[in-house]
Amino acid sequence: MSDSAYEDRLQAWVGRELVTRRPGQDPVNVPMIRHWVEAMEDDNPVYLDEDAARATGRDGVVAPASMLQAWTMRGYAASVSPDAERTGSDELTDLLAEGGYTSVVATDSEFEFHRELVPGDHVSVEETLEAISPEKKTALGPGRFISTVKTYRDASGEIVATQRWRMLRFRPAAKPEPAPKAPRPRPAINHDNEFWFAAAREHRLVIQRCADCKSLRHPPGPCCPQCGSFGWDTVESAGEGHVYTYVVNHHPRHPAFDYPLVVAVIELTEGTRLIANMTGVEPGDVEIGMPVVLDWIDPDPDLSLPVFRPAVAEES
Amino acid sequence: MSVLPGAAAIAGIGATEFSKDSGRSELRLACEAVLAAVTDAGLQPSDVDGMVTFTADTNSEIHIARNLGIGELSFFSRVGYGGGAACGTVQQAAMAVATGVADVVVCYRAFNERSGTRYGLGQADRPVDVSADRAAYSWMTPFGLATPAQWVAMFARRYMHEYGATSEDFGRIAVVDRAHAATNPAAWFHDRPITLADHQASRWIAEPLRLLDCCQESDGGQALVVVSAERARDLPHPPALIWGAAQGSGNDQHMMTSYYRSEITGIPEMGLVGRQLYAQSRLTPADVQAAILYDHFTPLVLPQLEELGFCAKGEAKDFVADGNLELGGRLPVNTHGGQLGEAYIHGMNGIAEGVRLVRGTSVNQPGDVHNVLVTAGTGVPTSGLILGASG
Repeated sequence: MSDSAYEDRLQAWVGRELVTRRPGQDPVNVPMIRHWVEAMEDDNPVYLDEDAARATGRDGVVAPASMLQAWTMRGYAASVSPDAERTGSDELTDLLAEGGYTSVVATDSEFEFHRELVPGDHVSVEETLEAISPEKKTALGPGRFISTVKTYRDASGEIVATQRWRMLRFRPAAKPEPAPKAPRPRPAINHDNEFWFAAAREHRLVIQRCADCKSLRHPPGPCCPQCGSFGWDTVESAGEGHVYTYVVNHHPRHPAFDYPLVVAVIELTEGTRLIANMTGVEPGDVEIGMPVVLDWIDPDPDLSLPVFRPAVAEES
Repeated sequence: MSVLPGAAAIAGIGATEFSKDSGRSELRLACEAVLAAVTDAGLQPSDVDGMVTFTADTNSEIHIARNLGIGELSFFSRVGYGGGAACGTVQQAAMAVATGVADVVVCYRAFNERSGTRYGLGQADRPVDVSADRAAYSWMTPFGLATPAQWVAMFARRYMHEYGATSEDFGRIAVVDRAHAATNPAAWFHDRPITLADHQASRWIAEPLRLLDCCQESDGGQALVVVSAERARDLPHPPALIWGAAQGSGNDQHMMTSYYRSEITGIPEMGLVGRQLYAQSRLTPADVQAAILYDHFTPLVLPQLEELGFCAKGEAKDFVADGNLELGGRLPVNTHGGQLGEAYIHGMNGIAEGVRLVRGTSVNQPGDVHNVLVTAGTGVPTSGLILGASG
């Protein structure tokens, strides 16, 4: 099913009734009001004291406005009963789950009260879907905001209150990825070595060459130890060589690396050596003299380093 | 010929206890060690007029001088390159005494290397700057090559490949050290000898190095008092005369990572030190009856034996396996237990043991010791001494 087909099925619910008019189990009554105001520590006398209520111009005690939803709640047992009648709300929940929106969090609730409830009122509620938003990125994961309107009526059908109810149905983010590896220890870049790391970022392995006597040197430096020249350029290595020596590191462990970690001194066919990691070979299979070829790794966005893998033997 | 040989002597040695958690400041450790050495020499702090330590030491001369009431200093100097500095401090002191710029020079090193900053954790997260020293790490740490054990392991692997040495050959160094530590009450590993099987069963740290190839990390301080040979004869202990004192930095020298030389199985900077020591002292390896060889990691003890002329290239493994490093052997080594067994005080505790060997007071005193060769850190610009009894 295409995304647009799913969207159409969702939007078809706009304006439809999710819960048909359903009366509360008990009429508005003083015992429930008493429990509520005690729990809420609301000592306004108009909820329990007839005289005080009349003194405010009312006919008698009234129910707290904030209790409105309480009069229509069915209780936990009824809400989870398998025998409960399926409602449009249940169908919409299934449709949202089909789209991966399996989790829910309430976001807004706005009430408009038409009159105060008094003991003896029998309240009912019905709920209609007002809007389903396009998918939004949220901190909880991608999701859709679902807006409904609940209408509360008395026994005669007169509206006593409306409630605009908004919730986010979302696709919970997948288990967090394992934390990205710590960055590798940074090379200290200065005037004498920056050319090498800049070339590495272009995946070019260069070797410093004396501009005068043409001897190669690594690690680089500002002056030729053979002839004393400060002039230099570079040549690009063919990227072939062999393992001159190597270690397999176990302890201590730096969070940038996987262990056991092979570090080798590679002797290039050009004659210079350099330190580099090995790839494509088990630590136990590395050998001094093993022919290797150059590859590259980009462990961090601004760091590329040469790595060497065993050369594939030419077929005879 | 040089004025240096025999001009000065080590007349006093002093140390703190060696521990894993001193519970005191590095400055206090330094003060305790210096005071103990001065006292051992039969001198007063006010007699000291020169001080030498490592660039790596956090305890500046002025702090120690002020705390101990040493007063005026006419000579102060520092030696770089980590543990390679150890014997170099004594060379500085001996030259100062021989040239008359100072009369009583204290060499010292004190740190909380176990409870404070541990070198073994490596340099991976060393702060970045643009200096050449820091830039040198750019060729190592981004690849995960960041600890002294790893740096040494690179040499060890090549040495094994070229000479057929094995992990057991490295292990024999650890066994000898720990045997000597076992009878040294000052050693951290007093009464705890190991077998070669223990060594082989210990976990990998950086192959081919196992845990028991690696020296300890220790808290402690060690100091030495250097005076003229003439003055030393009037002090309480038999003088340990400085017949040779040398530094060496080799061709294409790097800190711990001189992997770019045509061959890397030797320690050319130690060869350079050895040649100077023998030339200064007019001695040969045959004249040396005991040695303190820097043992931060066992593999680099083998090429030291070769560079210093005790055996031929590649033959150290056989020289060791034949028992030559044990008490009663040709060249008893690290009779205090070394840095694997006694403590890691950056080689300075080894110089103190060299003095005890000359005095005849080592807890593992071999018979008939006239001359002792002491080395400093390997893999770095280094130094060495030949200490001996009077004439």
